[in-house]
Amino acid sequence: MIVITEGMRNPPCLEKQGVFILPRLGLLTVLRNILNNVNMRNKFGWADVLVICLLLSILYAAAKLGSGMRVPFSPERHPALSLDPIWLPYYAGRSLLRMFIAFAASLLFTFVYGRIAAYNRIAERVMIPAIDILQSVPVLGFLSATVLAFMALFPGSLLGVECASIFAIFTGQVWNMTFSFYHSLATIPRDLNEAAKMNRLGAWHRFSKLEVSYSMIGLVWNSMMSFGGGWFFLAASESISVLNQDIRLPGIGSYMALAADEGNIKAIVYAIATMIVLIVVVDQLFWRPIIAWSQKFKNEQTEAGEAPTSWVFDILKRAQFVRFLNRYFRTLFHDWVLRPFAKGARTAQSQRRSPVRSVAQWAIGLIAAALVLKYVAEGVLEIVKLSWNEIVHVVVLGLLTALRVFVSTILAVIWTLPVGVVIGTNPRLSRIAQPIVQILASFPANMAFPIIAIVYVKLGISLEIGAIPLMMLGTQWYVLFNVIAGAMAIPSDLKEATVILKLTRFQTWTKLILPAVFPFLVTGCITASGGAWNASIVSEIVSWKNNDLRASGLGSFIAQATTNGNWPEIIWGIIVMCLLVVIVNRLIWRRLYALAEKKYHLE
Amino acid sequence: MSKTLLELKQISKRYDLPSQANVSILEDIHINVKEGELVSILGPSGSGKSTLLRIIAGLVSPSQGSVVYNGKPIVGTNPGVGMVFQSFALFPWLTVLENVKLGLENRPLREEEKLRKALSVIDMIGLDGFEGAYPKELSGGMRQRVGIGRALVMEPDILLMDEPFSALDVLTAENLKRDLLELWTEKKIPTKSIIMVTHSIEEAVYMSDRAIVLSRDPARVISDIAITMPHWRDKQEPQFTALVDRIYSILTKREMKSVDTPGEQKRKIEKIQEVPAGALTGFIELIDDLGQKVDLYKLADQLSLNLEDFLPIVEAAQMLGFAAIHQGDIELTDIGHQFADASVLMRKDIFKAQVLQHVPMMEKIIWILQSKSNNKMEREFFAEIFEKHFGAEEAAHQLDILIDWGRYAELIAYDEKAKVLYLEHEHAAAME
Repeated sequence: MIVITEGMRNPPCLEKQGVFILPRLGLLTVLRNILNNVNMRNKFGWADVLVICLLLSILYAAAKLGSGMRVPFSPERHPALSLDPIWLPYYAGRSLLRMFIAFAASLLFTFVYGRIAAYNRIAERVMIPAIDILQSVPVLGFLSATVLAFMALFPGSLLGVECASIFAIFTGQVWNMTFSFYHSLATIPRDLNEAAKMNRLGAWHRFSKLEVSYSMIGLVWNSMMSFGGGWFFLAASESISVLNQDIRLPGIGSYMALAADEGNIKAIVYAIATMIVLIVVVDQLFWRPIIAWSQKFKNEQTEAGEAPTSWVFDILKRAQFVRFLNRYFRTLFHDWVLRPFAKGARTAQSQRRSPVRSVAQWAIGLIAAALVLKYVAEGVLEIVKLSWNEIVHVVVLGLLTALRVFVSTILAVIWTLPVGVVIGTNPRLSRIAQPIVQILASFPANMAFPIIAIVYVKLGISLEIGAIPLMMLGTQWYVLFNVIAGAMAIPSDLKEATVILKLTRFQTWTKLILPAVFPFLVTGCITASGGAWNASIVSEIVSWKNNDLRASGLGSFIAQATTNGNWPEIIWGIIVMCLLVVIVNRLIWRRLYALAEKKYHLE
Repeated sequence: MSKTLLELKQISKRYDLPSQANVSILEDIHINVKEGELVSILGPSGSGKSTLLRIIAGLVSPSQGSVVYNGKPIVGTNPGVGMVFQSFALFPWLTVLENVKLGLENRPLREEEKLRKALSVIDMIGLDGFEGAYPKELSGGMRQRVGIGRALVMEPDILLMDEPFSALDVLTAENLKRDLLELWTEKKIPTKSIIMVTHSIEEAVYMSDRAIVLSRDPARVISDIAITMPHWRDKQEPQFTALVDRIYSILTKREMKSVDTPGEQKRKIEKIQEVPAGALTGFIELIDDLGQKVDLYKLADQLSLNLEDFLPIVEAAQMLGFAAIHQGDIELTDIGHQFADASVLMRKDIFKAQVLQHVPMMEKIIWILQSKSNNKMEREFFAEIFEKHFGAEEAAHQLDILIDWGRYAELIAYDEKAKVLYLEHEHAAAME
């Protein structure tokens, strides 16, 4: 129910009617209003205290952690890392800050890119295939290149490396989100679009009330998945060797890498524990509330049966303070920022484009094309330096890695299919298993590599084969997750029908379960194999103390070239990897996906 | 005489197709709307009524002609209109208040004033107490009230309504019509005129001052009827029912197609109604059971079918020569009676004969299949032929219904997986 508060009836701004003056509001005025409001309603409860404390602590932590990002840095003066567990909260905080900066950047990129792609026909034709390829390309392959570029951008400061790490996380999560947003924009129902036009919504209102709202469910879901995947890139990018030097940013990923280098098993266990705590805390304090809140954006006209809940969200809803702030700032924003731009209902909205705008668009397009051409030319010049033998050798290595990726995906399917179906068809089991699988999927597999490396060293297992379980470690959860979802979605009447028809267990599997789970399985496999390509960069070279385990493959080749700073090899290696991924996607996954959509789609 | 508020000048709308032909939806529509008028636009389904309304709103631009509002041709969205949608088009994530306030968002008003205005409109449309509810918590009738409130809050000169009551159940719709009519006739809203698209003749006669009847393929204005009865109108009154009957017969009168010139040998390809053979047989049986002549309007009412669903069946029965219509009454022909009394197998034969005689498209399909040595042809091939006449989407619908009729008549068979049409006897041969 809407209650008009005192604060709204008498806005504290001392303005004259219709004249635009900046709000002369001191912090004091705001505070007084808050207190007035709160006292009057007499509902200032424990929830408010909790929320205010939380806000202050977040602000303080962000400021403190952020100041650490700008420490000077040069090859001689590395920031010292300590394995003392007392530092872990700080390192975890730094890592978390990176994750959130990258996430914010991803959101911003998503909104800008998605809107352009959805509303500009010409741009759409280039931009959508571009993200399609970018989202299947292994981001970690580019890491070295970006680290060097960002270091050049901020000489003598750790900020460059910091940016490179953030950029790696960003590139790991952004494509999914952008694709989801674009897809939502493209599928906004016609009547809502027309209603928005008939109500003459301006650009801001259209964006906030229609575009973002309509895409919210998909965006939140994809953001959560991307964020979970982001930990992997965080762990890989915090500690990296470029041009024969090891660079370590203070963070949980580097803590782990250092622990592995020094062979400190205790520290490894600490790091893993911290990581799990971090994932759970972010899930509980950030994602759960957002999911609970986003339920109102479901584009259904009927009430859903079971809605996700979150205790944090319940507290936030309880806090009068939050509601007041929300309303207060919304009114301020509306009256002072949006109102001057409002055109009024009586003005027609022209659908024509101004010529200036189209000229600008063409100019941007041309500049982008010129830049692309320039870099392509430079890249080709670098590759030319390689001998013919080397070029072929890299392709062979690529095929080897492709084989590993393939085997790892198949193995993941073999074990997750029965397990996932058992979990998915048993509601009680799936309620327990799903959050666990979610955490396992978010847990950066590369942080567990050192432990497995110990086993390999002890048992003398070659990484040529040993790399496959390493890849699976991170990617199999996606398959499991999807199989569970698929098994849960099997309609119960079909299950009952198999019982009545007295189908044997084998028949039930071939006639019902496999076809029903198939589309989900394919989706899981696509994600898993994409993840496995990324993992190949870090899983084909693993070190434990002074033992370097190495498998011959494209992943280790790129990692080695990066360490040596060998540009022709880096570029050619990445190109081969991208090509392989795209070709495999087109030849196998796309077709399976089309088949799944067409034949095995359960309404 | 009151002032002309809106003028549609020779509006035409065509959709250009990749092939040289194009599909014409609206042709040469000329309508004047004066201040104080509530105008209903009636027409058979697919006649482009909604497209016409969207052209008035400025959501769709006409291929020819112009919309003149207050003496000025409009560019982009029409500045003087608000619109109510058939599907309500509410934003599910916004509360009732926020949805209504949406109509004010682009006005240079303070947040407070917007709230005040929105709340007063909510009061007026009878949703007081539901300001904070989300659309999904409301019943259909209440949702449409929000839709109307959102349009009214803009205080538009012209209120456009696109089948506003067709998604509601009968009682709810009746209630809402009365409430809206009360706001309108007692001038509680500043709206100067209302244009409503509807497929219910009764609704049009009950509410409006003028009913404009459109034809189909392409839509032209075939009738413009002034309704002068004072409000509130009694639906049982002879004057009322006579008018409903009159509009019914205008709508069901099949247009006399111009006779082809002697030089042209080809028979013109005529669109068929999208009525499955099963529904058609059921309908003919029903009329046979009911006896001699049946009043169409009463029949539709009895079956609780709306015009959108009802008229196509009537037209299909007429086209295939099973029934004839005289002044709003439907009667079976001799063949129709034969068909209704026949056994299942006999029926198929009669249907086959009628289809071959009256549907040139079917004849063409059979001819093509016969001329092929294996008597088979991809669906795609026919789709492309019909596309030239109807456009891709419509061609697919037409082909679907032709396949349905052809299968029922055992003229053709169709393999859904391979998307291939073939002749029935071929199929039989393959089975042996």
